[in-house]
Amino acid sequence: MEGFLRVEKLGKAFVADKPVFSDVSFKLDRGEFVCIIGHSGCGKTTILNVIAGLDTASTGHVFMDGREVAGPSLERGVVFQSHALMPWLTVRKNIAFAVESRWPEKSAAQIDEAVRAAVELVGLTPAIDKLPSQLSGGMKQRVGIARAFAIQPKMLLLDEPFGALDALTRGTIQEELISIVRKTQQTVFMITHDVDEAILLADRILLMKNGGETSSGYVPGGVAEVVVNTLPKDRSRQTLHHLDGYYELRNNIVDFLVTRAKHH
Amino acid sequence: MNPSLFKSLGFRAGLVSVLIFVFILAAWHAATLPSRPAAAPTTAVSAEQAEYDKLMGKSAPAAGEAAKTTGFPTLAQMGDTIVKQLSNPFYDNGPNDKGIAIQLAYSLARVGLGFLIACAVAIPLGFLIGMSPLLRRALDPYIQVLKPISPLAWMPLALYTIKDSSISGVFVIFICSVWPMLLNTAFGVASVKREWLNVASTLEVKPLRKALKVILPAAAPTILTGMRISMGIAWLVIVAAEMLVGGTGIGYFVWNEWNNLSLTNVIFAILVIGVVGMLLDLLFARLQRAVTYVE
Ligand SMILES: Nc1ncnc2c1ncn2[C@@H]1O[C@H](COP(=O)(O)OP(=O)(O)O)[C@@H](O)[C@H]1O
Ligand SMILES: [Mg+2]
Repeated sequence: MEGFLRVEKLGKAFVADKPVFSDVSFKLDRGEFVCIIGHSGCGKTTILNVIAGLDTASTGHVFMDGREVAGPSLERGVVFQSHALMPWLTVRKNIAFAVESRWPEKSAAQIDEAVRAAVELVGLTPAIDKLPSQLSGGMKQRVGIARAFAIQPKMLLLDEPFGALDALTRGTIQEELISIVRKTQQTVFMITHDVDEAILLADRILLMKNGGETSSGYVPGGVAEVVVNTLPKDRSRQTLHHLDGYYELRNNIVDFLVTRAKHH
Repeated sequence: MNPSLFKSLGFRAGLVSVLIFVFILAAWHAATLPSRPAAAPTTAVSAEQAEYDKLMGKSAPAAGEAAKTTGFPTLAQMGDTIVKQLSNPFYDNGPNDKGIAIQLAYSLARVGLGFLIACAVAIPLGFLIGMSPLLRRALDPYIQVLKPISPLAWMPLALYTIKDSSISGVFVIFICSVWPMLLNTAFGVASVKREWLNVASTLEVKPLRKALKVILPAAAPTILTGMRISMGIAWLVIVAAEMLVGGTGIGYFVWNEWNNLSLTNVIFAILVIGVVGMLLDLLFARLQRAVTYVE
């Protein structure tokens, strides 16, 4: 079996002949955590949406578990950048909506049990009956993560889930995510624009280049480099900076973003 | 007494409201002061006597009679009429003489029925228009032309085709309440956030469940705004419609009392129309608040 998720020669053009990216190919193994990093506008969200089945590519294919992705599916849980909670539903009902969708045959008691387990996973039990508007940004994002985990998807797709959070909250939720992912052996594809976040979380980091005009005409963007994270698996936010190889890794990525990611 | 009570805005506003009310009553009283201090003949008749007269089929020498003789009714005559109408709102002495509650019930029934039919048409259709850009474009010219037509302009056509004045009234209410609801529903549905629909898609929610559990609650505040506007218009239109077709209802009551030259009854009906309109609006404001969410 070649890769749990296979992305093959993906390309997307909103404007004819000027694809945002083209020829994007990569694989994720089961249980792997892969981050994609790149400047805004390079097409990260588009790629994630195509994998989710929410968008269609102009060229190329996505396969998960041997089957081609043809539309959205409960097998892929998505955490949206803007949390995307339904503001008229409490935390409990937001997650229950997902659980009911996943297992329509479950009884109300079983659903509530699954909901409470998911809420506990992200430490939000005291806020379970609150509305999203009564929660802080970090708490809302936790609910989004709990909702994605609650349906026990085969893989998780996260689009800059912590982009809108302050550094402290961000750190806490990153650690929570690490522990949940380790516990559940999830396969994760995540977009970030934070280099440290990528180094902390990812087994591999895809570096994406923007498309743009060059002296020889338009060149589409795409995945330019793949960085394998060689830091020990049990790294944490506190120890990250002291690890051997951290600065090399970080400098390589930052250097890519500053000098190589854009056409000049 | 708590001195801060006098400082609260609500209390002061209430005080000003009461003062305005007193001023209006005083102005009314001053404007209708009789040239000779003669008590209106009706005050001599006890309520029981008036009741008896009515039951005996004698037309009661109501305040209207007095109004005819002294011009604009005085406060006392007005108060008399209000007491009389409110103390016996359900009487029914044939086609031209029914209690205010009965007339109101006719109007409310027409408005309610027309409004409900309008809901049943506008909300599903609004859903379709909101979800399908094709339908939106295709129906837009019709809506743009039909919307500005005064609902009363439909009356002759309704009377001719339906041949029933009461049902024509319902039709007119339907036609005037359908547009705000239709447009608001379509707008509300079309502007449901992409991200909520994406959530529903990734959860493989079936179309009907998506419509009821995601789109409907998301668009509910906008839809209810449309319903509130519709109800406001319907209540405006029903009075005019009933004046036009006659028979029953608060609008017909106003017209009939004008023909009887009973200004106190006309004024009383105007007040009732205002209060009922306000209550209807309050009801929809409540509903609106119940479905509004904070993002
Ligand atoms: N629906 C769309 N129509 C036209 N252009 C789009 C659309 N969606 C995205 N784009 C363009 O595609 C590019 C990539 O967008 P996106 O995938 O959101 O980038 P990223 O997530 O990396 O910031 C951007 O330049 C954006 O303007
Ligand atoms: Mg993006």
